[in-house]
Amino acid sequence: MHPAPSVIFFTVFSGIGFGLLAWLGLGMPSMNGLVAFVFYFIGYAFAVGGLLSSVFHLANKKNAIKSFSQWRTSWLSREGVLAVVTLLTVAPYAIGRIFLDTTWETLGLIGSVLCVLTVLSTSMIYTQLKTVPRWNSGFTPILFLLYMVTGGALFAGQVTAATYLLIALGILQVLAWRDGDTRTVNNPTDLGTATGLGHIGKVRQYEAPHTGENYLLKEMVYQVARKHVLKLRMISFITAFLLPILALMAFADNAHIGGVIAILMHLIGAVTSRWLFFAEARHAVATYYGK
Amino acid sequence: MTALPQKTDKKLGLVIDLDTCVGCHGCVTSCKGWNTQNYGAPLSDKDAYGDPSGTFLNRVHSYEVQPDNGGAAQTIHFPKSCLHCEDAPCVTVCPTGASYKREEDGIVLVNENDCMGCGLCAWACPYGARELDQIAGVMKKCTLCVDRIYNENLPEEDRIPACVRTCPAGARHFGDLGDPNSDVSKLVAERGGMDLMPELGTKPVNKYLPPRPKDTLDCSQSLEPVATEATGFLGWLDKALEKL
Repeated sequence: MHPAPSVIFFTVFSGIGFGLLAWLGLGMPSMNGLVAFVFYFIGYAFAVGGLLSSVFHLANKKNAIKSFSQWRTSWLSREGVLAVVTLLTVAPYAIGRIFLDTTWETLGLIGSVLCVLTVLSTSMIYTQLKTVPRWNSGFTPILFLLYMVTGGALFAGQVTAATYLLIALGILQVLAWRDGDTRTVNNPTDLGTATGLGHIGKVRQYEAPHTGENYLLKEMVYQVARKHVLKLRMISFITAFLLPILALMAFADNAHIGGVIAILMHLIGAVTSRWLFFAEARHAVATYYGK
Repeated sequence: MTALPQKTDKKLGLVIDLDTCVGCHGCVTSCKGWNTQNYGAPLSDKDAYGDPSGTFLNRVHSYEVQPDNGGAAQTIHFPKSCLHCEDAPCVTVCPTGASYKREEDGIVLVNENDCMGCGLCAWACPYGARELDQIAGVMKKCTLCVDRIYNENLPEEDRIPACVRTCPAGARHFGDLGDPNSDVSKLVAERGGMDLMPELGTKPVNKYLPPRPKDTLDCSQSLEPVATEATGFLGWLDKALEKL
């Protein structure tokens, strides 16, 4: 699948933004006034910025408002509705903390649950697609949610929680890569079954339907990065998990420096991992092109 | 709502004969023509005189099959367009309600006034039947020529999809696949019509008729060699050269 930068940034940053808002809703950290404003500003900037960047990849933006209508059937619509409801629920809680020096705990808890549901619905947009075996897996929502909670914990300064979450996420990321590889290799669909001609013999495409590029090939038959996959996985694993854990441990007495290093490293690794999530995904239509 | 109808009154669709298709791309051209000049945003082309790319609702792959038993290889032309699936995954993923499946005849359509061009329906379709028009910014797909088949301004023989009307080989058939007594249903039953990628559970309405088995090349029938020993001048030359 084509790794569109807008969608990569949207999923990584809005995920972390909602993750931060979720931690803040649970009172971790518990603070008021200007400090609370800074935390909420970062959370909202990431969540809203991510959502706006996802609008940039729409080909017909004027109809974006209509995407709130089909929440009964469409995960993409559910994500839009939940994102707006979440941001509107968290807002009064944030106002209470920043300006009124009060904490409405129940409202905070509801907001945190909604943050989780929003990111869950984002992950389901990909998980639901039977056409992409690598995504059509229980690992997809688990990974999206863990990236959300881990990134949020790093930004919320929850050093102990972040360390354990980084370890868990690192293990699950490796398992998810292996699961995706297995699903791609074991995919029962090949050119023989897809065309129904396999019972005659070996099928080969000798002429494509078109001589140039087209939307299908650009969007769904992206193959540029496959040869660098292993190197990129290593880079992602080292920067997203190993270095942040080491940074948090090395600067245990100065959580700010350790935190900043960990966050920067984790962001590089998370974006690389999300880029691979798209670039490695093989869509069923590639089969018809013999790719 | 982009929910699928429980059942449709008819299941209008195409039956494509892989035995007969000659790969002329006439259906591709007539489809592009009709759907550019009629309903909805035209099917655009970009950089037509440089590195061209464009939107098509029907595309023909060409495959070669080498039989396992050593028989002669077959070339099979494979037209592919929207299969108007009963369980169409492209419809339910649509966030705006632009994609829908008609209850009266099962045709899957896009309401271009609602489409925001997110492309998720194209991701959900395993067949590559939906293409986002790069100029109009809306999703385009086969309409089964909904503006022809019910169009009383057209002569009756033209009230079929443009691809079917134009096919010079008679490889494309249009009808109600929900009616077991229709011509297309009988054809599918007789020729063993198949679904594409049935494992994905989309329940396509369009059916493909498999190519009939071809003859195998029989080498035992070839002539015996008539002369193994050269005689006369050539025989002398042969012997003379051997001695050198």
